[in-house]
Amino acid sequence: MLDADFFRRWMTATAASVNREAQRLTALDAAIGDADHGSNLQRGFTAVLAGLEKEAPDTPGAVLTLAGRRLISTVGGASGPLYGTLLRRAGKALGDGAEVSEEQLAQALRAGVDGVMALGGAALGDKTMIDALSPAVDALADGFPAARSAAEEGAVATVPLQARKGRASYLGERSIGHQDPGATSSALLIAALEEAAAGASGE
Amino acid sequence: MSEEKRVGIVLVSHSAEVAASVAAMAKGLAGGAEAVPVAPAGGTEGGGVGTSAELVAAAAASVDRGAGVALITDLGSAVLTVKALLAEGDELPEGSRLVDAPFVEGAVAAVVTAATGADLDAVEAAATEAYGYRKT
Repeated sequence: MLDADFFRRWMTATAASVNREAQRLTALDAAIGDADHGSNLQRGFTAVLAGLEKEAPDTPGAVLTLAGRRLISTVGGASGPLYGTLLRRAGKALGDGAEVSEEQLAQALRAGVDGVMALGGAALGDKTMIDALSPAVDALADGFPAARSAAEEGAVATVPLQARKGRASYLGERSIGHQDPGATSSALLIAALEEAAAGASGE
Repeated sequence: MSEEKRVGIVLVSHSAEVAASVAAMAKGLAGGAEAVPVAPAGGTEGGGVGTSAELVAAAAASVDRGAGVALITDLGSAVLTVKALLAEGDELPEGSRLVDAPFVEGAVAAVVTAATGADLDAVEAAATEAYGYRKT
C-alpha cells in the first residue's frame, strides 16, 4: 500500500529530476515551443515542495490535490493547468484514505489523464504529454519500472510526429524530428514513481 | 445608474501590456463605460510572458459585482488556466464564465454590451459574435 509519504517522495523525486533536466527540457522547448518548459516546471515543483512542507497534507489524495493546485497557480505556461489538472484529478479520485493500492493509483492517474485530454483537447499521437502518460498508465498494472519504460518509449516516439496541439502545432511539418518537451517531462514524472517506491524499501 | 449591477470583464493575455491596453481601448471605444468593471490579468506575476492563475483570480474577484464575470483570453495557457480555475470550483467568483471570443474585438463588444446593463448571456453572445466580423 502507498501512504502520504510515498506521494511526498514522488513529488520530491519529480522536483529533483526536473531540476536536473531543466536545461534539456528548455532546449527541447526552444526547438518547437517558447523555450520555457524547464524553468516553468522548476518554478512549479519548487512551489509544490514548499506547499507540501507548509500544509503537511496527510493523505495521498491531499498530497496530489495540493500539488495540482500549486502547479496551476505557479507554472505560468500551459503545462501548469495541464499537470495541475493531472495531479488534482488523480488526487480527488484517490479520496480520503490514508493508504491506497497501486491499482487505485493507476485508476486515479487514468482519471487524471482523461482530465488532461478534456482540458487540452489532445489525443494520442498529437505529440503531447499524453503520448507518454497514456501508455505509462496502461503499463502501471505491471509495476513502476514498466510504467517508466512505457513513458520513456512514448516520449521518444513523439520525435517523428507532427504536433497537433499547443504552440508547436503552429510549426506544422517543421515540428517533425523533435522530441516533445511535455512528453519528456511526463516521462520524468512517471520515472519518479519508481524512485519513490525505492525510497520506502530502504526504511 | 451606479446602483445597477454590471457584468464584470476580465481580459487574460500572455502580456501585461496587451491586457492593460486592450482594457483601456475597450473602455475608450465604449465611451468611457465607467460603470463597467474591467480588469486586465496579463503576464506572469514576475512580469514575464505567460499566465498567472493568481492574477486571473484576483482580477475576477475585483470586477465581481454579483452579475457574473466574463473572462476573455488570448491563447494557449491563458485559455487552459481559466478552464482549470473554473474546474476548481471555488477559485473564481460565482457566475464566472470563459467566453469564446476573439481577444480584442470580443473585449470591445463585451464592454460596450455590459455598459448597457446587459446580463452575462448577452455579454457573452456579443463577444462571441465578434468572430463573425469579417475584414475583407
